[in-house]
Amino acid sequence: MGDILGLIGRRLGLGLIILLVISVIIFFMVELLPGDIAQAVLGQGATEENLRALRKEMGLDQPAIVRYLEWLGGAVTLDFGNSIVTDERVTTLIGDRFMNTLFLASYAAVIAVPFAIILGVIVALLRNSIFDRVANVMTLTSISSPEFFLGYILILYFAVKWSMFPAISSLSEGMSFWALLERTFLPALTLVLVVTAHMMRMTRAAIINLLASPYIEMARLKGTPPWKVIVRHALPNAWAPIINVVALNLAYLITGVVLVEVVFVYPGIGQALVDAVSKRDFPVVQASCLIFAATFILLNLAADVGAILTNPRLRHPK
Amino acid sequence: MKSNKKEVLLEIHDLQIQGYSDEQWVDIIKGVDLTLHRGEVMGLIGESGAGKSTIGAAAMGYARDGTRISGGSIEFDGMELSTATEAEKRSLRGARIAYVAQSAAASFNPAHKIIDQHTEAPLHYRLQKRTEAQEDAMVLYEKLRLPNPDEIGFRYPHQVSGGQLQRAMTAMAMSCRPDLIIFDEPTTALDVTTQIEVLAAIRDIVDEYNTAAIYITHDLAVVAQMADTIKVLLKGNEVEEAPTEQMLKSPKEDYTKSLWAVRSFKREQKARPKDSVPLISVKNIDASYTGGEKVLDDVSFDVYEGMTVAVVGESGSGKSTTARCITGLLPPSKGEIQFKGEALPPDYRNRSKDQLRQAQMIYQMADTALNPKVKIHEIIGRPAQFYQGLHGGDLKSRVDELLDLIELEPAQYYNRYPPELSGGQKQRIGIARALAANPTFIICDEVTSALDQLVAEGILKLLDRLQRELNLAYMFITHDLATVRAIADEVVVMQYGKVVEQGPKEDMFTPPHHPYTDLLLSSVPEMDPNWLTTLLEERGVDNVGDAASTKIDPNDEKVQS
Repeated sequence: MGDILGLIGRRLGLGLIILLVISVIIFFMVELLPGDIAQAVLGQGATEENLRALRKEMGLDQPAIVRYLEWLGGAVTLDFGNSIVTDERVTTLIGDRFMNTLFLASYAAVIAVPFAIILGVIVALLRNSIFDRVANVMTLTSISSPEFFLGYILILYFAVKWSMFPAISSLSEGMSFWALLERTFLPALTLVLVVTAHMMRMTRAAIINLLASPYIEMARLKGTPPWKVIVRHALPNAWAPIINVVALNLAYLITGVVLVEVVFVYPGIGQALVDAVSKRDFPVVQASCLIFAATFILLNLAADVGAILTNPRLRHPK
Repeated sequence: MKSNKKEVLLEIHDLQIQGYSDEQWVDIIKGVDLTLHRGEVMGLIGESGAGKSTIGAAAMGYARDGTRISGGSIEFDGMELSTATEAEKRSLRGARIAYVAQSAAASFNPAHKIIDQHTEAPLHYRLQKRTEAQEDAMVLYEKLRLPNPDEIGFRYPHQVSGGQLQRAMTAMAMSCRPDLIIFDEPTTALDVTTQIEVLAAIRDIVDEYNTAAIYITHDLAVVAQMADTIKVLLKGNEVEEAPTEQMLKSPKEDYTKSLWAVRSFKREQKARPKDSVPLISVKNIDASYTGGEKVLDDVSFDVYEGMTVAVVGESGSGKSTTARCITGLLPPSKGEIQFKGEALPPDYRNRSKDQLRQAQMIYQMADTALNPKVKIHEIIGRPAQFYQGLHGGDLKSRVDELLDLIELEPAQYYNRYPPELSGGQKQRIGIARALAANPTFIICDEVTSALDQLVAEGILKLLDRLQRELNLAYMFITHDLATVRAIADEVVVMQYGKVVEQGPKEDMFTPPHHPYTDLLLSSVPEMDPNWLTTLLEERGVDNVGDAASTKIDPNDEKVQS
């Protein structure tokens, strides 16, 4: 196990370096955008004096590298400065929204991951049957349709025609957990439909890939029933690729939900990011991007560790 | 030897099996009959493509992916398998008919402990409770002479050696005490020394429970030890069948006789040229893979111009690592490689083109050593272009010349791809690629061990002819002592990364031997059906295979055996 802890440590260190590089890219990309922030904040009618005063206040008269280091120093202690537009602390502004997004992503993941993997196992067992083809066509259709389109279709049927779930997922204080689940069901379902195909197809492919292995033939020649051949003999050896795809899709659930949040008017970080970009609220944009990057890095790290933990050769060295 | 032979257990009549290739069904088994009685062991032998394994699987009512049983009947203990439902056939497998595969390392699931795989069938058929099944597994492990029988089952397959795994797999086949076991080349992937342990264990356990068996192999000497009757197959047809003794003494058919006439090829042993510098000299090298233990320890030997040095030893003895050091793929940590008395840079990246050209390699698996998407003339032409800078017409005529050398018609093979060739032809392309560099020294790494006997002999003859015509020196890595006898001038025996003995071939095959050489030599199966019995009586059942080789120290004195 010592090896695995060392490996996690090394990967975490590497992740931090990648995050640092990304922070440089994010900061200077924003820096490269045309236009003057002070001008944008004060509007066209601002006087030269006012502009200069604001630039000084925001530290814009300092060289970029100094501002980057200050920003980075703040970011390390989770202090991303204040919003230019509302002058609120960025952390309070997006903290809640990030939690909302995490909630929605977890909600979708708790449904989608087991569903996709179980479906993948079933289609691997019934490969090339009608069920296999239908499942493939359905999941491919859902992944190929844009999220907002899927979202509106779901609203049309579940909210408008059948009145089963609310069309708008606005949140209020003091909602019970069940009310929250009901309120956010449609956006979660949209996300489930979007990520299922990928995970299911990888599960199916990873299992079928192993079916030519001698140990699978051995299991068959021991009289093992087909479902047990798949679940007990193929699946435990197929985890590595499945886990990687699951991690990528989880990252997508957090970072790719902008459109779904907009459709369902859900107060998540995606919406905050879109708002901030249109209002040139750079501290919020930078903080959101950094959070997204950290999410990707952490989930990929988790996938690597998961792949190692499911490999008996690495778990039980000679 | 066996009693109660009267009752028929398995009766196969006019079996026909088809395989799917090039979008049509072709016959691969063309009407084979087989009768097996209770407790009888039948050996199925033949070259690859003879259909041995396919018949073995069919005896379980099983057709591998891409094959189908298209005709005939398979009657197992009164039950017709060719018309039985999948569920009916499945209920026999593991319980009444069991299977032992060629590679235990690949046939054990890496994700589960050995004992959990062992108890799967007894639990599935509700014959035993888990703890009973585990205790029974330990009893079987002990009978098969596995070390630490109470503990070994709780390891994962990769934590156990190949010979031990093969015995664990035999134990697994025995878990439900089946009436019939199919052994599909169970010792082909093992070293000769390990093979003995497995053969002895299989024979004892099959005897003890009076289990019938079909023993599939291409090795006649092995089948002679194991089988009561032998059936010879050729391209999906039966050639002949007879009791073992009779089959060995007086085979009827010409094909069988040609199989029996082992290794007719043998060439004269050459002596070292006097007062000359060795072509390649390995001087006191140590080597290890990154961060690992030392895998070579003070290895020294010389190869003279135009001579063949065979390097023998079990897997893990450092044969291939030595080859990697000579070619510069693995720089040794100590010592040096000399070419005509001058030290070669240890890393191939620091060697000049002329130095690189001198030493070439031919690999064991021609299948994986040739890129399947590259045409033959490019495979052979690439080194000719790289080392001699040939282009256009010169290059083409050089490739033609090389194809001529390996006895393949240039016009016919020039534009073909490796997958279109047979195993022997692919190995010839591998040889041509090595020759294209104009080398003086070629390392042949187990070049014949993946080939059928007759094809292998053709390759050995070709290598011998090329040696005479081009004055090549060979380092021949092999674990097959029959090959060594056929082609070597000198022999180097390696164990645990050390050279235990070296010298001219005739000396190596006459006592006194180093104890390890003695173990290797005595472990090679012979055609005498009583060979294994006699050997076990002489050496003692605990003094063969791994058990014996761990007792030997590479520095031991020679013994008169």
